[in-house]
Amino acid sequence: MNLHEFLVSPAETAQRHGPHDRIVMSSRVRLARNVRDAAFPGWAKKPERVKILEMIRPAVESLPEMKGAFSEAMDNLGALDKQILVERHLISREHAAKSSGSGLVLNREESFCVMINEEDHLRMQALRPGLQLRQAWGAIDHLDSELEKKLDYAFDNELGYLTACPTNLGTGIRVSAMLHLPGLVLGEQINPIIQSVNKLGLAVRGLYGEGTEALGNVFQVSNQMTLGETETTIVERLEKVLAQIIEHEENARQTLLEKKPKVVFNHIGRAYGILANAHSISSKETMNLLSLMRLGVDMGLFPGAERSLVDELFILTQPAHLQKQFSDKLSAEERDLLRADMVRDRLKNVSRPVTKPTPPNTGN
Amino acid sequence: MDEKKMCSICKEKPATLFFTKISSDNKKQNVDLCDACAKAKGVDADPTALLIADADVMLGLGAALEVEQAVGTDLKCPRCGFSQGDFKKSGRLGCPGCYVTFAEGLRGLLKTMHKGTRHTGKAPEALRSTRENADKLKTLQAKLTKAIKDENYEQAAQVRDEIKQLTGRPAPTASPK
Repeated sequence: MNLHEFLVSPAETAQRHGPHDRIVMSSRVRLARNVRDAAFPGWAKKPERVKILEMIRPAVESLPEMKGAFSEAMDNLGALDKQILVERHLISREHAAKSSGSGLVLNREESFCVMINEEDHLRMQALRPGLQLRQAWGAIDHLDSELEKKLDYAFDNELGYLTACPTNLGTGIRVSAMLHLPGLVLGEQINPIIQSVNKLGLAVRGLYGEGTEALGNVFQVSNQMTLGETETTIVERLEKVLAQIIEHEENARQTLLEKKPKVVFNHIGRAYGILANAHSISSKETMNLLSLMRLGVDMGLFPGAERSLVDELFILTQPAHLQKQFSDKLSAEERDLLRADMVRDRLKNVSRPVTKPTPPNTGN
Repeated sequence: MDEKKMCSICKEKPATLFFTKISSDNKKQNVDLCDACAKAKGVDADPTALLIADADVMLGLGAALEVEQAVGTDLKCPRCGFSQGDFKKSGRLGCPGCYVTFAEGLRGLLKTMHKGTRHTGKAPEALRSTRENADKLKTLQAKLTKAIKDENYEQAAQVRDEIKQLTGRPAPTASPK
């Protein structure tokens, strides 16, 4: 099966909506599971990993949720396809580096993605647009309950689900949301917020997770601790913290518009100016400027423009997605030219930002 | 003479970044990183990146350090051959059985890493009833011991019957004399 044909198009992905998606771009709940009596993927020799993959993959494929899924061994995916999956946030960078003995099962709606033999035998995730942590937990809980009938999980009465890294022990759960926080960044409030979120035992990471930069003002917030609390308690804590972050971000945007309108208009106007007129632009600069344009759309400064256009460009301008649209192997410089051409073309019908916001686009 | 601090991770190169982790009970722990290890951990000189990486780095590093203090390095898992030294290197275990092999050293580590040391969340359906029974049994046995101590034999007999019902056999240890 061809991955590119299978994946939902960036245009369609950008059209998906969920609660609070002005700020919360997506929600995800991931569970780590391992089968009994087998070494964890990082320690298992290749033949053992292959055996585990051959046992787990059919079990996952047979789930009703996975009807018509894309299922592939990682060694059958090219570097470009793997990078596209990373840019779509469907697999981790760590999983992209795997080859034989690891696999991937992704359902048609891209609401479930199961990584086999990443750090654990199973890393299954439920993904939802907007703020839908509870729904994502419900979905993955159900998938997990179906799967446990087919696989013998490594579970200990005292310690819960046993995982390769002790940091995931117990529930094996990671609940996370991807947040767009340009207001807090521009208002220089982001660092104290990150610190207080850290104090609550939650991690704040960059766009691609562990150890990455917050490109495009996108941050991931997730739980760190997995043992000693129920999954529901963890989900509820995240929900509470996210509600507060959303409120802070909304307030920050409001305050910026009231107290420093020129600063806001300047940032957004320059972002538009460069995006709409550049002839060479890096992926990093594109993302940071698209973030400001997204803020402008949210503030009603681009009447008639849809947030989905910005979100689509956010996906399309990333290196692997850009490369995929051209058959020849491109150098970074060539990509920068083509990226600029594409962005200019897509923005040709978007007028420059107004300074009297039309009634803010409330989203939902 | 000025002695150079070495990196807490590789222990080979001199450290250039110095952290002090202060836990909630005000205990201080120093973590020093060299450039290469800092980069590998996603920490560089950019202070925002630092803040973002902070929590991860500290959890991961603190863990490795504590394990080092907790046990020697020659213990090996009989099931998979993974050694304590391997854990120190990777921060990952070899197989589910390692949790039994290294239980001793892991205990303190889990305490600092998590909210609690006992799993209270979801369990596989097949084990759920046994889990619940085990919990119930514990409570009942405590109740029985107390009843006997209080010489409340009527209640003791009742609790004993409940235990019998739960386990399908008579309560072994706590029959009143």
